Amino acid sequence: MAKYLAKRIFYLILTLFIVITVTFFLMKLLPGTPLTNQAKLSKSQIALIYEQYGLNKPVWQQYLLYLAGAVKGDFGTSFQFSDQPVSYLISSRIGPSLQIGLQAMVVGVVIGIIVGAFGAMKQNTWVDSTTTVVSILGISIPSFVLAVLLQYYLGLKAGWFPIAEWGGFIYTVLPTLALGAQPLAESARFVRTEMVDVLSSDYIELAKAKGLSKTGVIFHHALRNSLIPLITIVGPLAVNIMTGSMVVENIFSIPGIGEQFVKSVLTNDYPTIMGLTIVYSFMLCVVLLFTDILYGIVDPRIRITGKAN
Amino acid sequence: MDNDKNILEVRDLQVNFKTYAGDVKAIRNVSFDLRKGETLAIVGESGSGKSVTTRTIMGLNANNADIASGTIKYKGEDLLKKSEADMEKIRGQDIAEIFQDPMTSLDPTMKIGRQIAEPLIIHKGMKKEKALAQALEMMKLVGITDAENRINDYPHQFSGGMRQRIVIAIALINYPEILIADEPTTALDVTIQAQILNLMKELQDKISTSIIFITHDLGVVAGMADRVAVMYAGKIVEYGTVDEIFYNPKHPYTWGLLSSMPTLDTGGDELPSIPGTPPDLLDPPKGDAFAARNAYALKIDTEKEPPFFKVSDTHYAATWLLHPDAPKVTPPEQIVERQKKYAAMHKELLAQQRTQGPVEEEEEKQ
Repeated sequence: MAKYLAKRIFYLILTLFIVITVTFFLMKLLPGTPLTNQAKLSKSQIALIYEQYGLNKPVWQQYLLYLAGAVKGDFGTSFQFSDQPVSYLISSRIGPSLQIGLQAMVVGVVIGIIVGAFGAMKQNTWVDSTTTVVSILGISIPSFVLAVLLQYYLGLKAGWFPIAEWGGFIYTVLPTLALGAQPLAESARFVRTEMVDVLSSDYIELAKAKGLSKTGVIFHHALRNSLIPLITIVGPLAVNIMTGSMVVENIFSIPGIGEQFVKSVLTNDYPTIMGLTIVYSFMLCVVLLFTDILYGIVDPRIRITGKAN
Repeated sequence: MDNDKNILEVRDLQVNFKTYAGDVKAIRNVSFDLRKGETLAIVGESGSGKSVTTRTIMGLNANNADIASGTIKYKGEDLLKKSEADMEKIRGQDIAEIFQDPMTSLDPTMKIGRQIAEPLIIHKGMKKEKALAQALEMMKLVGITDAENRINDYPHQFSGGMRQRIVIAIALINYPEILIADEPTTALDVTIQAQILNLMKELQDKISTSIIFITHDLGVVAGMADRVAVMYAGKIVEYGTVDEIFYNPKHPYTWGLLSSMPTLDTGGDELPSIPGTPPDLLDPPKGDAFAARNAYALKIDTEKEPPFFKVSDTHYAATWLLHPDAPKVTPPEQIVERQKKYAAMHKELLAQQRTQGPVEEEEEKQ
């Protein structure tokens, strides 16, 4: 296990390096400069600022300098908020994003499993059709549309939840729902399909022949086996939530990193773009590593360690 | 026939499957008895209704199955009238089942000890530790080597033969009255087949269970069964003791099955087979369902279904050939030879009885 983890961490660092490299050069291809909107600055002032931030050097030198800094843990200072190190900017804003992201993931997947399992158990009944419609809606409605609908109906009309801003659990409900709809729909669809398959398999027949009740069969045998393929989509779902959060955080004015990411791209805030890219790719890598380990826990056939026969 | 010796009595069972095309008449009037401690083999080709029969007994038919008529009496009670909750109590406790494919019939994500112990936990309300201890004993009984160390292994760590032993352990852990074995050796290679069959026979003696043995392989039947029922197109066409079916078969379908089974005496270049395919049970043919594939078919076979004709007290066959007015036909060569063997065996048996007869009488006098 330790050997496996070491290998995976090495791959994680390699992945981050590639992501940094690709993003750095792509970012330099973006139109405009950090000072595009600063028309009042004179040419010499601009040159001075370029000098100060090292933007006058060739791109490959900038890249190497950035790498050298990153290795030492120095991710530069934000262009937009002068004197704010990127690391501080991110660490002060990551909390709300993590909270909403995790809440959306957990709520979405857990409810998705329940909905999917019900659909499979009541296959070809109105329960099944309803769950199918719900999952199709959840998959096809973009989170930002849902966010606005939730704001209007549950926030403005019903008045149950605050429409926007940040300040406690109640403020997280609507963004969580908006972000969680897609994981919910995807996992419901996956669990339903898989469970229909599992329920017609031989070992379920054997479980019934043992005298297990319907619920006993579901909880002791069907559920665990149906969840295995769900783990595969946890990674993509995490990506979904991360990208969704960029827009949803803007809609709900949540002071998170998603909102910050969008702003930094719009203003060509190079260090912030780079810093956030690293954070996002790191989170994704961790999610993927986590799912691979989870696989082994749920499915003994692909356990990483264990007695070889 | 002594009725209290029967542990299971199936009468006039009819099962249809509702499909978009119409009702598939999978079981058409099947009746049979299972006696205490015996092994009854139900033989027939795929689609003849063997598995549907056993699933109906277990109450595990698919949702679209419709039991049109019949009774299945177990210990005097009709299983078909039982509620689902009552059937749950019977399954795995009184009636257990072994399935065809050991590679897929174990839960891949559950330790095998737990899987074997599960019926004890459900039916006897046993604590997990105690049930696992008993599961360990059962593992030893079915011949899993190094059972202590393997109780926490998962199914994928076992070979096919070992997995079937585990399935047998699961089925027998509650010492069921009836064990239904649905082609338990079909998915195994021949040497393992023999091991599993021996194990089943050995355990049958130990825990005195009755077995319904479903197979399409007559070769397996010979060493295993006490009585044989031959099924074709949802009906039983002939039944009798294993000797009667093997050496004195009367139904042309049984002739076909036996002729297409290679034996040590089989000569010639080509193994005979039964021409054609079984009829479509969506619309079963009038008369004898086997008539279209039967070289010995009479005109009446296409018009009227043959009733059971008695061959002996234990041997019945549903073919018009046994009618007193039917023309005499000569069965295939192989069958004639089998019947000759049977006659010889019979003579021997009679001779034995004659020599034994007076001795018994003397004993009685004393």
